[in-house]
Amino acid sequence: MTDQGMLQHLLAAPGTEPTLASFNTEIWWMVLLKAGMVFAFLLLTTIFMIWFERRVIGRMQNRPGPNRAGPFGLLQPVADALKLPLKEDIIPRSADKLIFVIAPVISATMAFIGFSVIPWGPEVSIFHHQTPLQLADLPVAVLVILAMSSIGVYGLVLAGWASGSPYSLLGALRSAAQVISYEIAMGLAFVAVFLYAGSLSTSAIVAAQNNGWFFWELPVSFVIYLFTMVGETNRLPFDLPEGEGELVAGYHTEYSSMKFAMFYLAEYINMTTVAALATTLFLGGWRAPWPISLWSGANTGWWPLLWFLIKVFILLFGYVWLRGTLPRVRYDQLMALGWKVLIPVSIVWILFIAVIRAWKLNFNSTAIYAVAGLVFVLLIIMVMAWDEAAQQRAARNAPTEASPQPAVAGPGQPAAPAFPVPPLDLPHYHGTGVEPGNSATPAREVTGA
Amino acid sequence: MRLYLPIFILALLGFGFASFSVFMGTRLGPKRWNRAKLESYESGIEPTPHPPGGGRIPVKYYVTAMLFIVFDIEIIFLYPWAVTFNKLGAFGLVEMVTFVITVLVAYAYVWRRGGLEWD
Repeated sequence: MTDQGMLQHLLAAPGTEPTLASFNTEIWWMVLLKAGMVFAFLLLTTIFMIWFERRVIGRMQNRPGPNRAGPFGLLQPVADALKLPLKEDIIPRSADKLIFVIAPVISATMAFIGFSVIPWGPEVSIFHHQTPLQLADLPVAVLVILAMSSIGVYGLVLAGWASGSPYSLLGALRSAAQVISYEIAMGLAFVAVFLYAGSLSTSAIVAAQNNGWFFWELPVSFVIYLFTMVGETNRLPFDLPEGEGELVAGYHTEYSSMKFAMFYLAEYINMTTVAALATTLFLGGWRAPWPISLWSGANTGWWPLLWFLIKVFILLFGYVWLRGTLPRVRYDQLMALGWKVLIPVSIVWILFIAVIRAWKLNFNSTAIYAVAGLVFVLLIIMVMAWDEAAQQRAARNAPTEASPQPAVAGPGQPAAPAFPVPPLDLPHYHGTGVEPGNSATPAREVTGA
Repeated sequence: MRLYLPIFILALLGFGFASFSVFMGTRLGPKRWNRAKLESYESGIEPTPHPPGGGRIPVKYYVTAMLFIVFDIEIIFLYPWAVTFNKLGAFGLVEMVTFVITVLVAYAYVWRRGGLEWD
């Protein structure tokens, strides 16, 4: 930064919080420059994340991961990206050709648009022009992200439908049902943030976190959002739409070459976008974390970009960590978590937080007490429902432990199960031709056979 | 409209990149015709013939879609309410709690009738 730039910057220091007005006076080349920056950032993050994910998963599974191409295997994703266009591009005979080609383009384009309203930092000077470090801001900025994640689902559904293959169709249906289920919980998690910030504009939401991140005031919303961001992006442990054990690759089973690469790109960009949205809404956006925020220069100039990137990459590491740790859930478990836990918890939480907010704002009305009592009753009902569900689960699990007992009909008479079961203590179950006493692994006792 | 311009520019960039990549994928890759390769992939078995009319889809998906609409409309009402909460005052709070509880009645009904069970 030149001296003049520094001076300009110091003069502008009190007004570094960008407002909607600062987006109305942008120069055309600045818009182009920032659009190019966002585009390049998303591509580079995808390339980096592919390498980072494979390395970290490798470490977690006690193997080195890719380490041949370039230093630390850093060129591996570049090699992959060069390989993909050189592969044969197959369009199956049963496919609807036009939609089959359009679907990956829809997915990738919508993924790019979602990131446009994320704030990266306060106003900075680029070539002596004051400009907010954010491509676009609208009075309804968060709605743009929600809309793009909804339209992105069209890409997946059309891809699965147009492939004309059962695996693809199943993956697409699952994906649609999963994403719309988790979108409700996601939308409800945002309500508490809008309540506190009083705006849907992302820059205003970051400005509202000046005195404390929403993470501290709205922890329940943040946890619900963490669940839904994994569900929305179809990542492990919620990657049912492409569960390779049952659906080969789900909606992109029939895709190869660059069309497959576009789905891959869309998935990683969506991960980055929801992580950046979590940063913006709950983790103070580009604001410096606590010990650093004591330094007065931490929230000015280009430094906030660094804090923003650190927060986003910590969340992205969380994705990789989840993938390395958790097995995939069952589909009914996934839907039950979305519909029976996340949605009721977030609705009651919104009412609770609204009452707290009304209390703080001092509305001078006795109605608040009535509402507070009502919300309290709702909380009790929820706890009771939870308790009842736990008891039901215990009752469901109990018979399976006791089941061997009634299965034995009597001495000398074989048990008569409802369907034919082969005897379970065949020798090959415990190693061929070895007496149970001599085998390395002792024969497991099988009851009820 | 001016505020939306950067979003359109990024959309154009993304669309251009995606369509260029897909186009290059069709041009650069080899083309080796093989009848089996163009069949839909079903882990090696003969592909299932297409059922007329696209086949049948479990009704559970339609129930999920309808419930989605119910709750999405609730969210549509919640957003403007949350943004203008300070101005609406206690009136807004009471109205919204009433509305949410009526939706919760429908939700409890769906739950009791098994609309949220997946099996």
